[in-house]
Amino acid sequence: MGKQLAISAPSQLDALVKKAQRMGTGDSIRDSIVSDIYKTTHGICREVVQYEDQQKLANSYQLDRIFTSKIWGFPIMLAILGLIFWITIAGANVPSSMLADMFGVIEGYLTAGFLAVNAPDWLHGILVLGLFRGTSWVISVMLPPMAIFFPTFALLENFGYLPRVAFNMDRMFKRAGGHGKQALTMSMGFGCNAAAIISTRIIESPRERMLAILTNNFVPCNGRWPTLILLASLFMVVSSSGGIQTIVTASIVMGMVLIGIITTFTVSWVLSKTALRGVPTHYTLELPPYRRPQIWKTILLSSRDKSWSVLKRAVIVAAPAGVITWILGNIFVGGDSILTHMAAFFEPFGHLIGLDGFIIMAFILGLPANEIVLPILLMGYLSSGAMVELDGLDNVKEIFLQQGWTWLTALNMMLFSLLHYPCGTTLFNIYKETKSKKWTLLSALIPLAIAIAVTFTTAQLARYFGWV
Amino acid sequence: MKTYTIALAGNPNTGKSTLFNTLTNMRQHTGNWAGKTVLRAEGTFQHLDTQFTLVDLPGTYSLYSNSADEEAARDYIIFEKPDVTIVVLDATSLERNLNLAIQVLEMTNQVVVCINLIDEAKRLGIHIDIRKMEQKLGVPTVAISARNKTGINELLSQVLKVASGEIVPSPTPITYNDEIEQKINELVPSIQEMLGDRLPARWVALRLLDGDESLLTTMKLWLTDQDSYKKEEALQYGQTACH
Repeated sequence: MGKQLAISAPSQLDALVKKAQRMGTGDSIRDSIVSDIYKTTHGICREVVQYEDQQKLANSYQLDRIFTSKIWGFPIMLAILGLIFWITIAGANVPSSMLADMFGVIEGYLTAGFLAVNAPDWLHGILVLGLFRGTSWVISVMLPPMAIFFPTFALLENFGYLPRVAFNMDRMFKRAGGHGKQALTMSMGFGCNAAAIISTRIIESPRERMLAILTNNFVPCNGRWPTLILLASLFMVVSSSGGIQTIVTASIVMGMVLIGIITTFTVSWVLSKTALRGVPTHYTLELPPYRRPQIWKTILLSSRDKSWSVLKRAVIVAAPAGVITWILGNIFVGGDSILTHMAAFFEPFGHLIGLDGFIIMAFILGLPANEIVLPILLMGYLSSGAMVELDGLDNVKEIFLQQGWTWLTALNMMLFSLLHYPCGTTLFNIYKETKSKKWTLLSALIPLAIAIAVTFTTAQLARYFGWV
Repeated sequence: MKTYTIALAGNPNTGKSTLFNTLTNMRQHTGNWAGKTVLRAEGTFQHLDTQFTLVDLPGTYSLYSNSADEEAARDYIIFEKPDVTIVVLDATSLERNLNLAIQVLEMTNQVVVCINLIDEAKRLGIHIDIRKMEQKLGVPTVAISARNKTGINELLSQVLKVASGEIVPSPTPITYNDEIEQKINELVPSIQEMLGDRLPARWVALRLLDGDESLLTTMKLWLTDQDSYKKEEALQYGQTACH
């Protein structure tokens, strides 16, 4: 019986569909179905729900008059974002150098231990100078900013501010030919692009969904925040000092975010005029009530889910990468280490776009996850140049300077990190969601082309005008 | 030990994920904005002597074929047939939220309505007559606050009663206008003849009239082979959509 049913049912279903179609179906039916449901729910609520004071209800949305106002909406948005960056940058310095000091002391003991047992030099090199030093660099450089940034951002999210951001940007997305909900998926991208790709499912029209997928990469994700924040605080503020320095750094990170958002709009606009032509559809955006976040819970959860997991991934990669890069940096072929040979191969191209061979190599090797780009780069530098004792953030700067970095290198690395192809997981999700090799490839190539074009332009301009 | 599957449905931002965390004792990050849970997430918990598998469906405003997440939520309720579907409603905007509850009640009678954020509603001076609501809907209705963990025991005991068959809810059917009702009546006998009680005939009739193409395609697949029809891999909690 079951089997028979299984075979005959689809054709029976077809017959039924035809029958229903003959009855005259379509939009009008859907409308009356929906309106009858609305009538029912309205009826139920009239009997079941009583309001003490409608005004009180309206008052809870009063904040929206400011947060989503035409005049104040954007300035407030930028101010809040800037404040978060400022807190992060101002707060990260001290714990960072404390961690570095601590690891430095431990390294001293480790080295003493290796000497005491007469361990061979190469073993000390691999384990202490490669594995331990590499890993402790990554932790002391990346942990403090993340431990501050992620919980602060999560508090803002739980308060209910993100939908207001979406509301403010809705009109701009429409103008760029996209869907207003793209503002929501973009906001999600600030956390994780891979997750945001899946969240584009909330966009109904395939065209607009594709726009959201292709442009999501242009906002910095968890994996890229540390790179941006660190480079901004290290480099872009050579001349200023003290309190002003942190403010300048915060503005630079914010500038990066704005560049990302502007790129999102531009690319959406160009695509919606070319490959993905169409008219934006309408939708309603719900502004949820503001809720006081559960402060400690939020802080603990986001530390565990974000700060910890990002750090874990970075360390898991950094540890073996430390060993491998140390080996590659200490095996010499024709007078130079293998690592130097590899970096030399990418050097001409790197130079063209204001970077260097090591940076290009780090980005290529960092395809699986953005959080490992910086660790790989540090490993590369550490094993190739003079070994530098670990001594906090200033020390990282010294390493970079020894490698010939200028403000242009830092700027272009930030730009490249912001704009280049999405990480491996994101690409995999894009393939799963679009089921199209072509679009997946494009979602990597479009950002890459933009990243190269932008960094090439800044590098050439800066050199032409003699700024570096 | 008995195991029941429970689905959580509701509008976006009604605290479904918070309830999920409360019940499963898991600590997944929740956010105050629409569309946080896009994939469905699964977790397990025990209540008395019973094991429950809890499935958090994506939050949607309706269960028509408007977008991928609406389809995912609908397909789960109609084809995977969870033992109980908990419809989570936001007490502070009940009227809009009820639309989804009504749509779920047309799909299955194995429903417990859960009015969340009741503390928030009280603060805003909104009074909800839960008993009356229960009468109107015809299914067990419970008021809770997922974040303050109030009403959870009552919710679970109703869920258990519905799952075990101790209570058989009989949702009040929606009456549509005469024209639609007449068409439904014309279609229902042949639907029942074809599907038996595998799918709710009245609901299928409405979707046929609506000409819901994507549902009909999925339905055909499901009718042809109930096992190989599988849409999404569920997301285990503890692993997020992010790498």
